[in-house]
Amino acid sequence: MSEKEPILKVRNLSVEFSLPGGGLFGAKKILKAVQNVSFDLHEGETLGIVGESGSGKSTLSRAITRLVQASGGESVWLGQDIQKMNSKQLLALRKDIQMVFQDPLASLNPRMTAGAIIAEPLLTHAPGIGKAERTARVAEMMEKVGLVPSMINRYPHEFSGGQCQRIGIARALITRPKLVVCDEAVSALDVSIRAQVINLLMDLQKELGISMLFISHDIAVVRHIAQRVLVMYLGEVVELGDAEQIVSNPQHDYTKKLIAAVPVPDPKVEMQRREVRRRMRREASAAA
Amino acid sequence: MPGLTGKDQVLTTYANKLASLDAPKGRSLTQDALRRLARNKAAVVSIAILVLIIVTAIVGPYLVPWGYAQVDWSNIRKPPNFEVGHYLGTDQNGRDMLARVLQGTQMSLIVALVATLVSVTIGVVYGAVAGYFGGRVDAIMMRFVDIMYALPYILFVIILVVMFGRNPVLLFIGIGAIEWLTMARIVRGQTLSIKEKEFVEAARAGGVKPFTIIMRHIVPNLTGPVVIYATLTIPEIIIAESFLSYLGLGVQEPQTSLGTLISAGAPVAEVMPWLLLAPALVLVTMLFCLTYIGDGLRDALDPKDR
Amino acid sequence: MTLLDVKNLKVDFITQDGIVHAVKDLSYTLEKGKTLAIVGESGSGKTQGAFSILGLLPKNGRASGSVKFDGKEILNLPRKQMNAYRAQRIGIIFQDPMTSLNPYLRISRQMTEVLELHKGMSHSAAVAESVRLLDAVRITDAKSRIHMYPHEFSGGMRQRVMIAMALLCQPELLIADEPTTALDVTVQAGIIDLLVDLQEDFGTAIVLITHDLGIVAGTCEDTLVMFDGRVMEYGKTEDIFDRPQHPYTQGLLAALPRLDKQVDRLSTVSYDFMTGAREA
Repeated sequence: MSEKEPILKVRNLSVEFSLPGGGLFGAKKILKAVQNVSFDLHEGETLGIVGESGSGKSTLSRAITRLVQASGGESVWLGQDIQKMNSKQLLALRKDIQMVFQDPLASLNPRMTAGAIIAEPLLTHAPGIGKAERTARVAEMMEKVGLVPSMINRYPHEFSGGQCQRIGIARALITRPKLVVCDEAVSALDVSIRAQVINLLMDLQKELGISMLFISHDIAVVRHIAQRVLVMYLGEVVELGDAEQIVSNPQHDYTKKLIAAVPVPDPKVEMQRREVRRRMRREASAAA
Repeated sequence: MPGLTGKDQVLTTYANKLASLDAPKGRSLTQDALRRLARNKAAVVSIAILVLIIVTAIVGPYLVPWGYAQVDWSNIRKPPNFEVGHYLGTDQNGRDMLARVLQGTQMSLIVALVATLVSVTIGVVYGAVAGYFGGRVDAIMMRFVDIMYALPYILFVIILVVMFGRNPVLLFIGIGAIEWLTMARIVRGQTLSIKEKEFVEAARAGGVKPFTIIMRHIVPNLTGPVVIYATLTIPEIIIAESFLSYLGLGVQEPQTSLGTLISAGAPVAEVMPWLLLAPALVLVTMLFCLTYIGDGLRDALDPKDR
Repeated sequence: MTLLDVKNLKVDFITQDGIVHAVKDLSYTLEKGKTLAIVGESGSGKTQGAFSILGLLPKNGRASGSVKFDGKEILNLPRKQMNAYRAQRIGIIFQDPMTSLNPYLRISRQMTEVLELHKGMSHSAAVAESVRLLDAVRITDAKSRIHMYPHEFSGGMRQRVMIAMALLCQPELLIADEPTTALDVTVQAGIIDLLVDLQEDFGTAIVLITHDLGIVAGTCEDTLVMFDGRVMEYGKTEDIFDRPQHPYTQGLLAALPRLDKQVDRLSTVSYDFMTGAREA
């Protein structure tokens, strides 16, 4: 993989938000949401981004595709810096990079039918194709993500959470993107449905050869789906490397803490892990 | 993407499949809301009464024996008299009250309809644009609304009348052009919360243009608050119209409106109660109906809010 | 000694679309000082099952069956009597601590009020007791922090305050509804470990309601798996994790991506045991 040029190169990307300061004339505070993040993504690869709330992982994904303005650094897509693209190039980019969101229901417009939702990217990026072909493609995509095409005229509230997420995935894939960014795409789903959606994502990725940025707070899910993992903490990358390596041999203190905290569904293992956590806590308080 | 190998083949297969596909229609949110509304007895009765009033106001004038401007010299200031066809009596000028109430209701309804349409159209577009773009655009647009608010609307209407002369249509537009301010504020607030929803972000990530996002994703989701607020605006407009007519700025004789009739009947209510009772009863019934419909719509559109 | 004895609990909701049976048949017992986890996915009825015990159902909810607390029937008690139980003998922790903390009152006021009202303590004694409990839930510098407002605490801290408040009257039973779902993983671990320690120190019986099989494993002695308003499996936690008997439990465990084992493909839950599948 390393000989080939990566499709996405992120270099020193930073995002700052200005918060209103205290009082009427208080100085604005600057919140550094993302600081100096760099990584490569290769074709067909899945990179997991793990972090807890406030770690800047979602902001990072939006800054890469310029849904949020970056304050510095660059994200190079197929040799071109996204941060410097004009609006025409940006539109072409939106076809190549699609997103899947966290909340299955909230990410679908409640007033549109499943068919209209899935077809929307086609209206934007392939306005030339006729209605019949569009419907045919939507039906094909629905079948691909495991939905019955005859549900094309139904509204989001008539689907279950798992089915809604499948609609979201169909919408993301209908333009045949090269990269899909999944922002906590399975976090809101029940265990049994989560497994189905994870399998679906992995199957589709293999079949269509897309790359994936998989953002999640759950390192167990990320380890399962991604080849490499990037761990974020307070806006910075604390660790980046092979998924297996990071889980079995974490280097950074935060990664160690994160992995120790993930519950394991095995009573005996979990008892031991609690002892480990107790020891870590004691050490931390002794150090303080 | 055309040109992919075997693509056409696949699509043809799907197209064929679709032809035989029996895709049942889904239940949209609006249909759901209407179903819930249909179960609300007070709202259903109110709608029925309101429809009855509207139909009567439109058809009635053709059926009554007297015209609204016609003077019956032999019957001036007479209480209801069925023999000569003055079912609600006559006013000080000998005009048939039933005909006048019908015409007045018609006028008030038209004022309410036109002014509400104007206020909804301007308010929704204005509020959605301000809310969606936010930042400086929002600040400038909403400060303009604040300034308009500070302007007394009577002054505004007087300026309009002075500039363009007395014209009922102008009056409706004038009232509508004031009423949209509140609508714009409500819509802006709703837009601010809707634009944070993931489906709007999904559209942005998909490269959909801002105007399309507003029209396709934001405006349809404003239906609830807009419809509810519009039903509440109608009575407000009817009252505003009565006030303006009372001041002599609104509907001109011999035409009339419910407000004009009531203001004419009120001073003589003790001697000639029939001049006040009929128009007042119609107005109160209409306002009650609209309130119940508004309540019913609120419950039907936002079942969680109860 | 049996503390809580739930038999054939049913919970129905009357909605505009007809009657919804949220809990169809729920039975379990909890001994004094023991812990029970009720695990289920969304819509399994796990929360409604617990809320109905406390008389916390929404207006359109109805509960039937039998719930005995310390030998006395408490299901559908009049509000006043139920309040007495809720204040003194049964503590509750919700998923979102802000639902039970008043944002306009200092923590000290909210905690001492309970003690002064129900235990008749003097103010200074109540403050001392509150500080002791905040210490117990490992809030550092409790003496000064007790005078802060809820919004000045982080999410995990607030949940600790909630736990301390639930423990104020030394309840015999603590019902925790998804206490860590809104929290980060590292914070969650701290709260769960805390619950375990408190159960050991105070001898409070705990019913832990959760969707997460992972946090159950090291926490509770007994586990009850719910699906579609019914009990799928109920027994010792170790047995359920080591030798799950019901296909649903087996499916859930296999569908979980876990850190200690790597699989190529997650297996999915099959609902063959149900007549009529739930989801495509």
